[in-house]
Amino acid sequence: MHDPDRPVEVEVVDRVEETPTIYTLHLRFTDPAVAGSYRSRPGQFNMLYLYGVGEVPISIVSDPDFDGPVEHTIRSVGRVTRGMERLRVGDRLGLRGPYGRGWPLEAAEDRDVVIVTGGLGCAPVVSMIRYVLERRERFGRLTILQGVKHTDDLIWRRQYEAWQRLPNTQVLLAADVGGPNWPYSVGKVTVLFDRAGIDPERSIVMLCGPEIMMKASIDRLLALNVPPEALWLSIERNMQCGVGHCGHCQVGPHFVCQDGPVFHYPVLRPWLGVTGF
Amino acid sequence: MQSTALFLPRSSLDALIQALRACGYERVLGPVARDGAITLQALDSASDLPVGVRDRQEPGQYRLGHGEGERCFAWANGPQALKPLTFAPRETLWRCERDAEGGLVFRDAGERNVPTAVIGVRACDLAALKIQERHFLKAPYPDPRYAARRESLFLVAVHCSHPASTCFCASTGDGPRAETGFDLALSELDDGFVVTSGTERGAAVVERLELDRASPAQTAEADAEIEAAARQQVRALPSRNLRDALYARLEHPHWDQVGRRCLSCGNCTAVCPTCFCHAEQDEPALDGSRTDHLRQWDSCFTAVHSYMGHFLVREETRLRYRQWLTHKLASWHDQYDRSGCVGCGRCIAWCPVGIDITAEVEALLEPTDA
Ligand SMILES: Cc1cc2nc3c(=O)[nH]c(=O)nc-3n(C[C@H](O)[C@H](O)[C@H](O)COP(=O)(O)OP(=O)(O)OC[C@H]3O[C@@H](n4cnc5c(N)ncnc54)[C@H](O)[C@@H]3O)c2cc1C
Ligand code: SF4
Ligand code: SF4
Ligand code: FES
Repeated sequence: MHDPDRPVEVEVVDRVEETPTIYTLHLRFTDPAVAGSYRSRPGQFNMLYLYGVGEVPISIVSDPDFDGPVEHTIRSVGRVTRGMERLRVGDRLGLRGPYGRGWPLEAAEDRDVVIVTGGLGCAPVVSMIRYVLERRERFGRLTILQGVKHTDDLIWRRQYEAWQRLPNTQVLLAADVGGPNWPYSVGKVTVLFDRAGIDPERSIVMLCGPEIMMKASIDRLLALNVPPEALWLSIERNMQCGVGHCGHCQVGPHFVCQDGPVFHYPVLRPWLGVTGF
Repeated sequence: MQSTALFLPRSSLDALIQALRACGYERVLGPVARDGAITLQALDSASDLPVGVRDRQEPGQYRLGHGEGERCFAWANGPQALKPLTFAPRETLWRCERDAEGGLVFRDAGERNVPTAVIGVRACDLAALKIQERHFLKAPYPDPRYAARRESLFLVAVHCSHPASTCFCASTGDGPRAETGFDLALSELDDGFVVTSGTERGAAVVERLELDRASPAQTAEADAEIEAAARQQVRALPSRNLRDALYARLEHPHWDQVGRRCLSCGNCTAVCPTCFCHAEQDEPALDGSRTDHLRQWDSCFTAVHSYMGHFLVREETRLRYRQWLTHKLASWHDQYDRSGCVGCGRCIAWCPVGIDITAEVEALLEPTDA
């Protein structure tokens, strides 16, 4: 029987410092057989293991059809992620995955894709944005709505500016508090919806970020006549195992590691915003 | 498999233990009264069994005492379920070694399972075992450690004849008769046991004992005792499926009320035979060359269970109790097509403040003025 709990070894082949607390690791499987059979979807995650410290769930940002290293963008917040921050090219760590359900790629084809994100540039949607941009002809208009707390929180700023210049692509940003170098909107991400010109019939919406932000955005989108069936969201819960065993990631009847992290909104609706689930 | 009922005289209990050893079960476990509770321990002989021992269980209370006669199984389940034998309280999942160049090698922890026979398994624990098999084995990622432990177990059930006041397996449909999941099942009478086998390997063990058939009077008496045990139960859940009723009451004021009594100690989850939550952690060797990755039982009543870095999903006790109860009796149906409660009553007896799952459900279902 295959052991779902045991990681395989990966090597850091590149490391990018995004901000003082956010870094991207490019990881190569040291066993070519594992590399050959590894296949992920945007929105899925891996369990990354730091030797002697522990494992954490981290979204996959690299393209599923790209044979190169697996990419992870990580924010230092605690024991494991701070330890991983110190990893350099050549260092080894453990990896298990990919796990969970990703974004609805098939359902999104030929539709306008609206990405709503908050907080610190949410990794799960970055993979989706890149996926669409790599296969531009298969999707309609791409709209990215991003809200941040502080203007310097925006880690993907350069990337956003590049994306904004692409045809059929719209990037709208809002910060809770503006500033001298902030040419974009001020307020919550919800202030952007009216400006985005979302076509409720053609759009599929993918949300990721703090749940209060997603709940407020969904309410706004429903008010704009976007049907609930067009809404998808990625959520986080404490994860110990990633494979449906440990019980930590449950939200009502759902195991986030198995049934999520990307959920169809109608499935999650009864639980979203209910304190304690 | 429905086998002929045989009769094992009380004096042949040791022969059963020996037959189990002869069939390769190096370790034979059975109920032993020690330190004021009946738990599963290694048996040297039948004389280790709790002869004449009786139990009294009430919310927040468990006491052993002595009764009349020779019976060894005239009690209801103590704190320890079968669960630790299949889902270990603490175990090494894997080991990682780091070489001089920093390379990591992940290895199996290489634990060996001793083939083990357990005498005295109750119906509720067999039902719980089936639930945990569904969780750990009939899942997208079957757990090889659980599978190996399960395979090394031989189960001798004993139908219940003496339920405690805390038992309510009759209402959940999980007892007091052990219906499936055993290799052998015994019904205890004053002078011996009516024996049936549930598997081929069970039949192979009894064959060594060359037993006579049980008489119709003996099987009738055994059946009558089990039926009486069902009737004696004083607690019950109102339905085998409370899913919709509980989902409709997520904001019921009673959650506050029970949340004020609950100590959030996690005793209930530790004794529950179906609770499966666990946490993982690393235990590095001091010289840095090796580290063990462990998993150990965890409880949804701890703060870290829902820790998310900058907040806890379940800060308040009321939310943790609601998580536990609604998981057990409501969302379990979505996940495993049945309730997660087998009516063993352990969480009632071992709760330090006597919180009673059946009473809490009753209070939640009562119509409110609100
Ligand atoms: C599906 C999923 C995808 C994620 N993707 C990313 C990503 O791409 N980039 C990124 O930076 N972060 C991501 N996170 C969050 C990341 O897992 C946590 O920041 C990380 O677990 C914190 O671990 P720590 O040991 O550094 O922090 P500590 O605060 O020391 O946490 C201790 C332990 O608690 C658990 N834990 C704490 N916070 C979280 C959390 N938010 N989610 C799950 N478990 C937690 C972990 O087991 C962790 O090891 C993701 C979380 C989930 C559930
Ligand atoms: S919830 Fe209580 S009564 Fe039900 S199986 Fe668990 S411990 Fe036994
Ligand atoms: S219900 Fe009782 S046993 Fe369970 S956590 Fe609360 S006080 Fe402890
Ligand atoms: S992370 Fe363990 S069950 Fe989902």
